[in-house]
Amino acid sequence: MKDLLTVVMLTGIYGLLSASFFVAMDAVDVAFTEASVGAGISTLLMLVAVSMTGRSEHSTRHKPLLAFVVVIITGGLLIYGTLDMPYFGTADAPIHENVAPRYINASLQEVGVINIVTSVLASYRAFDTFGEVVVIFTAGIGVLALLSVVRRPENDVEIESLNESMHEQHLILRIVTKMLIPFILLFALYVQFHGDYGPGGGFQAGVIFAAAIILYAMLFGLSTARRVINHTFIRLIAALGVLLYGCVGVASLLNGGNFLEYNVLLDEPIAGQHLGILLIELGVGCTVASVMVIIFFNFAGRKDYKHNQQNKKEVKDKTILNDEEDHDDHHGAL
Amino acid sequence: MPLYINAVIEISGVLCLLTGSFFCISGGVGIVRFPDFYTRMHAVGVTDTLAAGMVLTGLMLQSQESLVVVKLLMIFLMTLFINPSASHALAKAAFHSGLEPLINNNESNSKTIDKKEGNNRVGD
Amino acid sequence: MIIMGLYNYWIVVVLMMIGFYIVIAHGNLIKKMVGLTIFQTSVFIFYISMAKVDGGTAPILADDVNLYSNPLPHVLILTAIVVGIATTALGLALVVRIKEAYGSIEEEVIQTQYNRDQNSLNKENKTC
Repeated sequence: MKDLLTVVMLTGIYGLLSASFFVAMDAVDVAFTEASVGAGISTLLMLVAVSMTGRSEHSTRHKPLLAFVVVIITGGLLIYGTLDMPYFGTADAPIHENVAPRYINASLQEVGVINIVTSVLASYRAFDTFGEVVVIFTAGIGVLALLSVVRRPENDVEIESLNESMHEQHLILRIVTKMLIPFILLFALYVQFHGDYGPGGGFQAGVIFAAAIILYAMLFGLSTARRVINHTFIRLIAALGVLLYGCVGVASLLNGGNFLEYNVLLDEPIAGQHLGILLIELGVGCTVASVMVIIFFNFAGRKDYKHNQQNKKEVKDKTILNDEEDHDDHHGAL
Repeated sequence: MPLYINAVIEISGVLCLLTGSFFCISGGVGIVRFPDFYTRMHAVGVTDTLAAGMVLTGLMLQSQESLVVVKLLMIFLMTLFINPSASHALAKAAFHSGLEPLINNNESNSKTIDKKEGNNRVGD
Repeated sequence: MIIMGLYNYWIVVVLMMIGFYIVIAHGNLIKKMVGLTIFQTSVFIFYISMAKVDGGTAPILADDVNLYSNPLPHVLILTAIVVGIATTALGLALVVRIKEAYGSIEEEVIQTQYNRDQNSLNKENKTC
């Protein structure tokens, strides 16, 4: 398959299929995350990258026979390794016996939250989630370091004229988007705060929030979107999310408990757990949303920058040619 | 009266689900068999929205709680907005990149020529 | 009987090997990223299929349900999915920069260009 656009589209479909597979395996939280992240944002970022690097692949000259042999041998060894695994779906497999029953049985009394995945993610294993948020933040910083472009602030007249011309071209999509974006944002907030009672939580909510902003940026132009979402503001929000998470941990240290132990945050342990989970999910949602928006704005800003540079080079070449012609005319006249 | 309301609701729910899946399959057949990009998109855009609507209606009729019905209604409304906009965006993008719809030039030309000859004959 | 019990692991191994083959056999950088994505998703499927219990439901507490699927792998994979997208984004940013610096995203072209740059740098050092 030579066309990279087709490859990216098929990857998106693959992500959606694996999300439906996760639903069949009773993993609803994971399916939600995979559908929003794998089938939504990942496809979008790959499309932006393909649009900047070229759409087709060159054909290889050599036949990868050695790679095929290595793959077959590794596959055979792995299948030999799975012969000892427990059968699919048995209830007495070793992974169901040690820690999981404690989480399932004690989640309601100790944490007070009926979604066991949220209680494990946000309370029992909150330290791992802290590391994850820091990894997302680092990826955002990495993309900023690689792809950020110093933009000269565009004046309002240019933005207004750009808006007018785009309005005529994309009329239907703009109007439908204007009606839909508030609902998408509302849904993101709903998913964020209902992570305790159903599938949801900070990660999915952050991705959906970022998707709404990216939709706005795609249809109304990057400059208009940058006026709505200020560059400094969004980086501040990304850092604030991680800071909020760390502060909850430090606050519980100051109150006499361990790092990220929510029982000591308020008088009642269950209320403390609820407050702790609420605050850290908020931190996670803030960081994920802002990092996704930062990544998209930087990719699109880089593309605009290269486009403008190419246009400027063409204009410069044309003016040099015109100057040479004028020069020749002057010489001829003389 | 209340005895067979439940049966009627359940059977209509099942019928809606089956009709929805039939429309979905027919949309899929349309993608494979139609000759041109624009005709394929027309097939999918219309039938997929209808199929999604029927499947959601069937689920609504089959569910027990009222909150689930409201959520499914919201999803149906969103689908009604988003699916046609997505088809519109696809067709617009294809048209702006230069993909021409497949117009069978030979047939239409011959038709106009026959008409002209017919008119001449009638006129003469 | 072994086939009926272990087929989920074999599907995972097949997907993993497909992703592995794409990474080592294709020269295009974007295709390598796609292969990595397929590899990642196969690992997710491995964990989630291990967490499933026959007759269990999703791990959200409800009144009339006794048996739940194991929530611990769900938590790990949730983290893994989001970290995966973060690293994919970083990888794609690197691909864009490589394209700007070398003019191509085919591995062979980049390799020859890099060798040429290294040779010219060595020659400059020698003459200095």
